[in-house]
Amino acid sequence: MEIDTTVSVPQVESTRTFRHVLAVIARDPLSLASTIVIVLFVLIALFAYQVAPHPDEGAGKTNVSNTMLAPSWDHPFGTDLLGRDMLSRVIIGAQPALIVPIGVVLFAVLIGAPLGAIAGYKGGWVDEIIMRVTDLFLAFPSLLLAMAIASALGRGLDKAAIALVVSWWPWYTRLTRGVTISLKERYFVEAAQAVGVNDWVIIARHILPNTISPVLVQATVDLGTVILAMGGLAFLGLGTQPPAPDWGLMVSDGRTYILNQWWIATFPGIAIFVVVLAFNLLGDTLRDIFDPRQYR
Amino acid sequence: MRQFEFILRRILTSLFVLIGVSIMTFFISRVIPTNAAAMYIGPKARQEDIDRVTKQLGLDKPLPVQYMIYMNQLLHGDLGDSISTKRPVLVEITSRLPASLELLFSGMLLATLIGVPLGVLSARWQGKLPDTGVRAISIMGVSMPAFYLGLLLQIFLFRDLHLLPLAGRVSGDLQFTHPIQPITNFFLIDSLLTQNWIALKDVALHLVLPALTLAAYPIGLIARMTRAAMLEVLEQDYIRTARAYGIRDSVVTYLYALKNAISPTLTVIGLTFAYALTGTFFVEIIFDWPGLGLFTVRSLLAVDYPAIMGMTLLGAAGYVLINLVVDVLQAWIDPRISLK
Repeated sequence: MEIDTTVSVPQVESTRTFRHVLAVIARDPLSLASTIVIVLFVLIALFAYQVAPHPDEGAGKTNVSNTMLAPSWDHPFGTDLLGRDMLSRVIIGAQPALIVPIGVVLFAVLIGAPLGAIAGYKGGWVDEIIMRVTDLFLAFPSLLLAMAIASALGRGLDKAAIALVVSWWPWYTRLTRGVTISLKERYFVEAAQAVGVNDWVIIARHILPNTISPVLVQATVDLGTVILAMGGLAFLGLGTQPPAPDWGLMVSDGRTYILNQWWIATFPGIAIFVVVLAFNLLGDTLRDIFDPRQYR
Repeated sequence: MRQFEFILRRILTSLFVLIGVSIMTFFISRVIPTNAAAMYIGPKARQEDIDRVTKQLGLDKPLPVQYMIYMNQLLHGDLGDSISTKRPVLVEITSRLPASLELLFSGMLLATLIGVPLGVLSARWQGKLPDTGVRAISIMGVSMPAFYLGLLLQIFLFRDLHLLPLAGRVSGDLQFTHPIQPITNFFLIDSLLTQNWIALKDVALHLVLPALTLAAYPIGLIARMTRAAMLEVLEQDYIRTARAYGIRDSVVTYLYALKNAISPTLTVIGLTFAYALTGTFFVEIIFDWPGLGLFTVRSLLAVDYPAIMGMTLLGAAGYVLINLVVDVLQAWIDPRISLK
């Protein structure tokens, strides 16, 4: 499906720098709050074992004397069927549910962006081949492709992550290609060509660094979606394997008891919702500053 | 004539994409697994079975030959046999298709009926309270995992308010009191055709929660796209002219502007079908909906490889088809598109 959104060659204004982005975020209370929430969640995830009140239970150790306790001061999020402290499990579950998706987007960008820059800069048959390959990947609904690949590789967090990278990189190839085509006309690239700089050096030194801001914005916007996808794979049992915790997996476990022991599914569910909401709110603001879609 | 050419060209590209899709699924199902034959038989594979399937799938032959064998089977509608049910995958899929399509179309219809008016409202009151409210709803809608929203709706509307049934496609006793005669296997249509009003009510009530859960994400996207498109149209000269003539504000908004804002909205509706396609998987698990999603997820859990690969191929083919339909519809609504 091609939507024609050709705009006159977009000029990235010099004011739209990293500092400018920070200033805009600081002025908008919602974006500021979202940023704080994201930073907080990432910090908690990184230091999960130090923060969790019961790290051993969080990782999977059972405690049958405490089974299915409702939320209380000792266990603010209650305990599950195997008596494990849900707060600890939500905290440790943030690692596969939040840090891994960030890594997924990072790898997708590292694969997708250089390919897009090469396609856009070289043009011709190189462009044709790279873009037809991305078309193949984009012909699938992303999550469906990820499910198929994950099941072909076998179950596990690492396999789910690989599957998501494989189905997400083409989006960044498309984006970077669009940006590159508009950069190619700029004087600094023409100047480099004129003095005989090698194509690969131009791509690496002059093109790629200038694609960072739109790619970064798109990555922020996408992170919410990737976290949801990762949660979905975990929910289906294709991601993290028990007894290790993962938000999606915990919602799946708690589903059986939803009508009575509501807390088991509720807190991991809220965790996913809050983090995805924060990324979407932040992504919304960033997209207003520079719309990466204008390059598509 | 131009439009006809455009449609023809679009159908041809879709065919090429479908061939590409088959190459992808071929690679995922036959090349990526370390022992594809064993995956096609299931966990209790004996060596002679593996040898037999290896021969049957041609796994000992070069890749291009393997692909030809794969394509040949596909074109004959042979997706292999499901490991868990022992029946042909194609039969399993087609028998469950109506249940899923009924859910999918209800969800998308609901999303359009809620999303478009929300977007119009938002554009008309740009920057005011309704706009903020709609923005909040749409961002929350796209941030909520379907598998969690479904649970929340079950808690509130079934457990607390006793308003709607918990799960399933019909009540358990309906098949004894007012059985639905299968004609199309779309229960809404079947009960309507046979004027089975009690069944119709039961089916509709069972459909509300799953359809709403499925619609949450598309509602957000559709509302925002409609808003953006409306804002663009409302700035056009002809709208100002209409206003200058003293035509009522509501007529200008709903009749003149909305008509021209619908084309980009249609694109988004088409795109969200892709989401809804995988969205039904989660919704069907939560609501125990006897469709393709539930079948796929059970296949995933049982590592029923032929079933998973059949669903992947069918899902992608459905996606390509939806995109084609949206493009053709758009060219029909807005003839300028086919000129590009």
